[in-house]
Formats: sequence, structure tokens, C-alpha cells
Amino acid sequence: MVLPHDTILDVGKLSVSYRSDTGYVDAVRNISFSLGREKLGIVGESGSGKSTVGRALLRLLPTARITADRLDFQGQPLLELSEKQMLDIRGRRLSMILQDPKFSLNPIRRVGDQVAEAYLIHFKCSKADARAKAMSMLEAVQIRDPKRVYDLYPHEVSGGMGQRIMIAMMLLTDPDVVIADEPTSALDVTVRLQVLGILDDLVSQRGIGLIMISHDLNLVRNFCDRVLIMYAGQVVESLKASEMESARHPYTQGLLAAQPRIGGSRAPLSVLDRKPEWEIPLEGAA
Amino acid sequence: MTISTGNASPRPVGLGSFLRPGGRVRSLGGQVVSILVTLFGLLVLTFVIGRMMPADPVRAIVGEDATQDTYRMVYERLGLDRPIWEQFFRYLGDVVTGNFGVAIRTGQPVISDILHVMPATIELATFAIVIGAGLGIPLGVIAAVNRDKLADNVIRVFSLLGHSMPIFWTGMIGLIIFYASLGWVGGSGRMSSFYIGLVRGPTGFLLIDSLIAGEWDVFWSALNHLILPASLLGYSSSAYITRMTRSFMLDQLNQEYVTTARVKGLSRHDTIWKHAFVNIRVQLVTIVALSYGGLLEGAVLIETVFAWPGFGQYLTNNLLIGDMNAVMTCVLIVGVIFIGLNVLSDVLYRVFDPRTR
Amino acid sequence: MTDIVNAPKPASRRQPAVAPLLNVLRFLLRSPTSAFGLAVITLLVLLAIFAPLLATHDPYVQNLNNVLQPPGGNHLFGTDELGRDIFSRLLHGTRITLNIIFLVTITVGPIGLAVGTIAGYLGGIFDTILMRITDIFLSFPGLILALAFVAALGPSLNNAIIAIALTSWPPIARLARAETLTFRSSDYIAAARLQGASPFRIIMHSIVPMCLPSVMIRLTLNMATVILTAAGLGFLGLGAQPPMPEWGAMIATGRRYMLDSWWLVTFPGVSILLVSLAFNLLGDGLRDALDPKQMNRR
Repeated sequence: MVLPHDTILDVGKLSVSYRSDTGYVDAVRNISFSLGREKLGIVGESGSGKSTVGRALLRLLPTARITADRLDFQGQPLLELSEKQMLDIRGRRLSMILQDPKFSLNPIRRVGDQVAEAYLIHFKCSKADARAKAMSMLEAVQIRDPKRVYDLYPHEVSGGMGQRIMIAMMLLTDPDVVIADEPTSALDVTVRLQVLGILDDLVSQRGIGLIMISHDLNLVRNFCDRVLIMYAGQVVESLKASEMESARHPYTQGLLAAQPRIGGSRAPLSVLDRKPEWEIPLEGAA
Repeated sequence: MTISTGNASPRPVGLGSFLRPGGRVRSLGGQVVSILVTLFGLLVLTFVIGRMMPADPVRAIVGEDATQDTYRMVYERLGLDRPIWEQFFRYLGDVVTGNFGVAIRTGQPVISDILHVMPATIELATFAIVIGAGLGIPLGVIAAVNRDKLADNVIRVFSLLGHSMPIFWTGMIGLIIFYASLGWVGGSGRMSSFYIGLVRGPTGFLLIDSLIAGEWDVFWSALNHLILPASLLGYSSSAYITRMTRSFMLDQLNQEYVTTARVKGLSRHDTIWKHAFVNIRVQLVTIVALSYGGLLEGAVLIETVFAWPGFGQYLTNNLLIGDMNAVMTCVLIVGVIFIGLNVLSDVLYRVFDPRTR
Repeated sequence: MTDIVNAPKPASRRQPAVAPLLNVLRFLLRSPTSAFGLAVITLLVLLAIFAPLLATHDPYVQNLNNVLQPPGGNHLFGTDELGRDIFSRLLHGTRITLNIIFLVTITVGPIGLAVGTIAGYLGGIFDTILMRITDIFLSFPGLILALAFVAALGPSLNNAIIAIALTSWPPIARLARAETLTFRSSDYIAAARLQGASPFRIIMHSIVPMCLPSVMIRLTLNMATVILTAAGLGFLGLGAQPPMPEWGAMIATGRRYMLDSWWLVTFPGVSILLVSLAFNLLGDGLRDALDPKQMNRR
């Protein structure tokens, strides 16, 4: 397969398995994809392995066995790096936005300090400088009163604001790739679009490659450029978001058929009737 | 904060705690009332126990050969001819004015006796808790970080061992090994008999007083004698601290913000200490405060073994001669201290956790 | 998928109840620490039962020609200051130890459960009063309160047992209450109430069984503390009175000679340590075995 020349992340046959009493259990099986400066969505249901992918890329799965033919991040083979080298990459060039700011922010530290910490870890500078950087980043995620918000504690901010703080934290160091793990699933529907909009702007401005992991097919097809459909640990289909209607894999078709449509038929929505053949990915997907 | 099925001693759940069952914080006024009621109940309990004794308090004072008249005089003086609730109110009045009677053995007011012997025990207990926490907290963190692996199991057995030892026996064995055989530490008492009376300091804490007086020899002797009982006491209390620290750390390590810290590029070490550990500091303070109370229990036994002239030995000595008044006063004091520690730990929790503000 | 209709039927009414117990046992034996605990306790029980058969001498017989003999020869653990065989005294001491544990647990378990579940279920004024009483008892470290009771009642083994029981029930009550509070608002309790079950019936049949696992764990761990407290009281001369071979009392009397005759205090002390450790390990193992979060690790 010929890769576009601005590929930042190149993943070939990535597998993640966990040890259990009865041997190894696969969470992710032989998935491959490449990522440029674009928005890639990974859609799947619970248990499809989609969240595992994100953490595997960051090598934050201490109990798992991660193998791959290729796991190249801007030419660097991620699996071969030492932990010390990974520390330089995490949070600096590759970061991840977590799902629920209620839990993903440290409850006893001020939010501004947590954002500033992202900078302090990787750049030698004074606390005041880091604070200034954090402050301007808070402005960039459209927090209107950054000075006041900086000193708040996580339980004092709303869900939408918390997630914007999380975005600020993870984009402050100008990474090349950002993984967003269900970034809006914990938010009220009304706030989702706003947060996604902010994320979209920042990602386009800075030319960041974004991997968006979600269970919400509609959200992903509207937001991302390309979409990977995951089922039972494998990528079963890979297609452009614009071409979603012409999906060929039965699972994807099933997901699409289950979506309600304005103006569509009034008959009951179809329910997924799982077949074992669904586990066979389309060619070129895996 | 979950109520854990903690080890039996010290009592892990603070007096009703400032959390109502739903978890909401009780008002300050409600808490004060609660404490006062408990204190009152304490007084009732000690009064009742004091009256249960088979020993005759009058006899204990006047002796076997007193005449009928003397007996009656003391009997009335003690108020024993009065109805029981009148006696109780008299008792309450005495407590409030600090009149706890006179100790039989010393002839001094009990309260001044207690104030005289307390510093020795406080010095021992404080040293012990520093050792106990200094040992227990890091071990708890290590155990949590290495959950279910060898380190965790070794630490578990190590701390359970400390918790299962009869402290008086350990003290004796410790003396045999470290004092009699190896000569590494001092023997019984707070310092060598050589130095007794040399330092009569302002605080009653030998370590401080000897430093103030500039008597280095006394200081070293005191330290020498303190180290063994304090270490053993500390070791025995560290089990609870280790277990709670481990439990708290495990809760934190499961939290999402730990992942966030790692994603930011923070090393495992920094994540553990700068993020997870910081979140349990407040809870640890309350645990340590509660453990301090449990040390009083150990002090009673270990002071006997080490001939340590502290509160514990005072209690046991009076027990042996049947001075029930002194004994019950001591018990009451312990109860009050315990309640005080519980209150302190609740207050500290309230002050330091931003979520309860 | 297994056919529900043709699933193997239990052999008797007892079997479904026994199977989880066997599972717990199997789990305990798998971990070296709890297996050790279980082994020591089993040994303790066996020794106590067969003490008269296993003892080499009469534990009360004095032999003033044979005092303070080191271990060896005729006397496995040596003799004490009155020439009595320490090994035999230790063996008979197991009976005293078991006696204390048994009696305390038998009283403390039901009382604590009763107080806790009633307070938790009925709530209101019952809760306040019962918990206030519990709190008052909890205001003292266990040994100190037991000390006070024994001092008031008079030193004897029975009074020591009563005193220890009086100080051990509050943590159980608190625990039972906490557990009850979590179940009280469950739907199945509401259903039972709607069916007209009396509070007593609900507590006995629906709430108490749910509290049992944690209470059992706590009681097991409690036994370790009971042993230590009993030994402590014995050491202070407030428990079993001489010439009873209670381990704590043996240490107290042997203390005077310990520098030259180490065996007088070592063996009783090690016994106390081992038994207390065994209960702690067993209780710890039980906690892991019954902890719902650990279920899928088995």
C-alpha cells in the first residue's frame, strides 16, 4: 500500500492481548491503518477494542501484550522505544483526551495548574511562564474568564468546561497526534457540538492528526474525514466519511440501518442480527 | 470514603464521623452536640464501672483496722450514703472542676499524678507513631503499586506479623536480644539510673529537656532507651497504617486522573507520588491520628515491661493495689483523649479536602 | 449454550449451600498465607481436643527438684520456676485459648448483628440511641476498657471473657449497621414489606444473611485481637489466675527469670503470636475470598 507522504502514524497488524486463567485473550487483532494530518474516526461498540487501541499506541497498558509488524510514529518505531523515550513522546508529541472530566482531572489540584503541568513536564521554564502558556491555551479553547477558571477545582467546573480544559491540557504542547477517547460521550447533547467545534478548529489550525474513538457513528461520520469500523477486535471496514452510505460490510450496514432518519420509513428500526461472518474484515481494511 | 472492614484495633471508623449515612457533611453544631453527648455517656459508663467494683473504697482508704466511726465518717465524706443519682451529679461536678480525688499510693491528687506521668508516655507514643507512619506509609504505597505481586504479599505478612505480636512479649524478647545479648540499646526505664534526676526539665520530655540543659550524655541515654520500646510500638501500629495506605492508594490508582497524568508524559514514579499519593494525604493524617489512640493501649503493656514511668504504668500500678478511683480516672482520660483524636481527625479532613468546603 | 431445563440438579437441598463453602475453602488453600492460617488453627483445635493425651506431664504438678530446666530430655520445652513441664502447660493452655475465643465470638456475633441490623433497619430514635451507646464503647481502646471491667468485676478468667466480650461487640454492631444501610432501600426489601413481612422477619431472613460475610470476616480478624487482649489481661494478672496455664499469665510469671531461662517466656509468646497471626491471615484470606471485586480472579 502506498502511503501518503505526510503520514504521521503508520500502524501495521497491531494486536493487543491480555493474559487470563485460560491463556491469552485478544482485545485487538491485527489492525492496520495510517494517519496523516486528518481526522480519523474509530467506531465500534463496547468490547470492540477501540479504546484499547488508543492506550496501546501510548503504551499505557502494562498488563497487556502488544505486538505489531509496524507501529511507526513519524518514523520512530514506538514498540522499540524505552520507557524513558516514551516519556518524551507522551504528552509532547502524542497525547490523549479522556472521556469524563469529572474523573480524568485530579480532584484536589486546581485545573489551571494541571494544564500548566503538561507544559512543565516537557519544557524547561519558570512556573510563571507555564502559567502564562496555560492561560493562553484556556483562551484558545474559548474559556471566557481564564484567570478565574485557572484557580478552580475540577468539581467546580461544568462538564463542557472540564472537557475544554482537558483539550487545552492535551494540545498545549503542540502534539502531532491527538487521540480523543469518547470526548463527548459524558457531555450533555447541547454541549457536544460546541466542544467538538473547538476541537475541530484547533486541530485544523495546528495541523494535528486526530484519532477520534467513539461508539456514535453519526457523530463520527459528520466530524471525521475517514472512518474505521471496529468489530470484535478487528477493523472490518475502512472508508471515507463521505462514502459512508455505500458501506459494504454487513456490520456497518447494520449500524447504518439502525439509525433513525428524519423523513425515513416509520417501520420499527432494524436490530443487529449478529452473524459470525461479520468477523471477517473487508480486504484492505485490516 | 468507604467504611472498610478494617482490622479490629484501633477503631477505624471515627465516632459516627462527620458524614451522615448519605455522605453529606453534618453541620458543625450537630457535631459538637454529638461529641458532648458521647462525653456524657463516657462519664456515665465510667461512673457505673467505678461503682461495680467489689473492692470497698472506704476500706481502701481507712485500712482494715479502722473503727466503726472512722468508717462511717469516710463513708459519708465520700457521699456513699446518698442516692445514686446524687452521687452521679457529685461525680459530674468533680469531673468538671478537675477534682479526681487523691491517689492512694502517692497521696497526691490523681490529676496532678497523671499530669506528671503523661509526658513520658506522650514522648514514647509520639516517637512510636513517627516510626510507625514512617514505616507503614511507604510500605503501603509499595504494596499498592505492586498489587498481588511478591512485594505486596511480603509486606502483607510483615505488617500482619507486627499486628499479631503480643506487644508485652515482644518487648521482653527485644530486651533479651537487643539489650542483654547485643547491648545495642538501653535497658528498662527512660535512661540509665546513672542520670536519673540530672535533668528536671520544663517540658517533661526528656529529649527536649536534656537538649535545653545541654546535657548530651543524658540525651543519648534517653534516646538509647527510647528507641527499642518506640520501635516495637511503632511496628505494631504500622500494620493498620500500611493496610489503610494500601487500600487508599489502590482506590486512587484506579482513577482516571492517574491515566491523564501518564498521558501527559509523567513518569510512573511522579504519577504515584505527585498525583495519587497527594490525594490520600488527608486520609492518612486521620488514620495516623486514630492510630495514636491505639498506641495508648500498647503503652499500658509495654510500659510495664520496660519499667517506663508513664501513664500506662501508673494505670497498672493502681490496678494492682485496687485504687479504683485512680484507675477509672485514667480510663476516663483515655476515653477523652480518644474522642479528642477522633474529633481532630474529622476536623483535619474537613479543613484539607477541597471537596468538603 | 447449556440447556437450562436439563442442567444438572443439585443432589439435595443442602448442596447449593455447601458448594460455595467448598469454593471458599479451595480459594483459601490456594494462597499460602491463608492456607498457613487455616493449618495452624486446625492444629490448635486438634491440640486442644487431644491435650490430655498428648501432654507428657500433668500441667499442675510441681516438682521443686526440677525447676528451670532448659528444653530437652524429658521436658520438651523445659520446666518453669515451680518445676512444671512447660510443654504440657502449653497444651492445656490451648483449651483455655479456644475457650475464650469461642465464648467471646458466640456472644459478640449475635449481639453485634442484632444491635447493628436493628439500628440500621429501624432507623430513627432506635438508631440514634443504639449507635450512641456503641460510640461510647468505641471511645476506648479495647484493652483499656476490658481492663476497667475486669478490675471492677474482679480478676478471673470468666470476668476476663465477659470484659473482652463487652468491648468486642461495638465494631461488629457498626459494621452490621453499615451493611444494613446499604441494603435497606433495596427493592427486594420493599417487596418483602409489601408482602406484609414484619420487621423482625425481614431483618432475620433478608438482611442478616447479607451482612454475614463481612461480619464473619470481622469476627475472624477479631479473634486475633481477642487472643492478644486475653493474653494482655493474663499478663497483667487480670485474667486466668494461677495455676491455670494461660499463656499470658505464664509469660508474666516467667518474666522474672527470663534473662537466664529464656524458654519460660519464649514458648508461650510464640504460641500467642502464631495463633493470632493465623487468625489474621485467615481473616485476610477470607476477605479476599468474599470480596465481590475479586470474584473474577478466582
